Amino acid sequence: MIRLKQVKKRYLNKTALRGIDLELVPGKIYGLIGANGSGKSTTMKLIAGLIQPTSGHVFVNDQPVDRRIAKVVSYLSELDEFYGFYTVEETIDFYASQFSDFNRKKADAIREYMKLDPNSKVKHLSKGNRGRLKIVLTLAREAPVILMDEPLSGLDPMVRDSIVKGLISFIDLEHQVVIITTHEIKEVEAILDEIIVIKNGKILVQENVEDIRVNEKTTIVEWMTKLYEKDNNE
Amino acid sequence: MTDSFDPSAPIYLQLLERIQRQILRGDLKPGDKLPSVREMAIHSGVNPNTVQRTYREMEAIGIVETRRGQGTFVTEKEAILQSMRETLKNKEISRFVEGMKAMGYTHEEILTGLSIYLSGVKGSDQE
Repeated sequence: MIRLKQVKKRYLNKTALRGIDLELVPGKIYGLIGANGSGKSTTMKLIAGLIQPTSGHVFVNDQPVDRRIAKVVSYLSELDEFYGFYTVEETIDFYASQFSDFNRKKADAIREYMKLDPNSKVKHLSKGNRGRLKIVLTLAREAPVILMDEPLSGLDPMVRDSIVKGLISFIDLEHQVVIITTHEIKEVEAILDEIIVIKNGKILVQENVEDIRVNEKTTIVEWMTKLYEKDNNE
Repeated sequence: MTDSFDPSAPIYLQLLERIQRQILRGDLKPGDKLPSVREMAIHSGVNPNTVQRTYREMEAIGIVETRRGQGTFVTEKEAILQSMRETLKNKEISRFVEGMKAMGYTHEEILTGLSIYLSGVKGSDQE
């Protein structure tokens, strides 16, 4: 379980989060959705223990979060952070050596599913395949918390589809909670349980996506556009 | 995505209807085993919890039965399948009629139009 209590985050000259409360439970896939600069990545890094809140508290499984939380949090960065001189196989080996919950067999299964050649050098991979490799490394960990920051951004529809399908195939919702940030809601809306809309460092709403479809009879995209506009007018 | 859903309607209901149609068409027969929740989720590209909800819903209506440790099976109870057939028929008819009404057709126009159309559809009764 992930809990954020009145979390504020200021960087040197700008405020990223203005007091956020969140509660996320295992067994669900959450979509953290918002425009660029709304605070998505900051929220993810706080949960991953990569940065500390300016005020407020972040808990994962009732533990206050610090850098050591990486033991139970598998974090996919929006950046590429690979060693180019490694092969795909060596990269997987490296990750396996870093995380005790890394399941080597599962990694191979995902790698095969993603049709990645184990012997390719990482620096020779296409952008799409680097995106796939990130999925392999993130999902092969049997961590209770999976954070994926923009796993789809800048990738073509085929790659996005394989990533979304791979996600459903390889997560273990009985034991894991997944948070995905994206601005491509359409790509992920069918796999989300709940959507969290963030804007200017504040959570506008957290809601079950099927409930939105039942109650609003509109697409998630339209619903969110309205929400954003309404907030602009207030 | 492989099977696209209408993004403005609840997916669990769309999936429910999809499976019901498969049963009607005979793609899924009474007593057949349904794919596991995970398989179904992967196949249709939706959240496993959504599939779970669909299965729960179908179980509540009685269309499927879950046998512990074995999986989910299409019911063999004729009465339930028959009533599902009725429900789906009525749903489809009401969808059609609402659409026609919205365009301003009278009941009579709908009826005559329908019977003319059906008389032009050959062999559908003989099948």
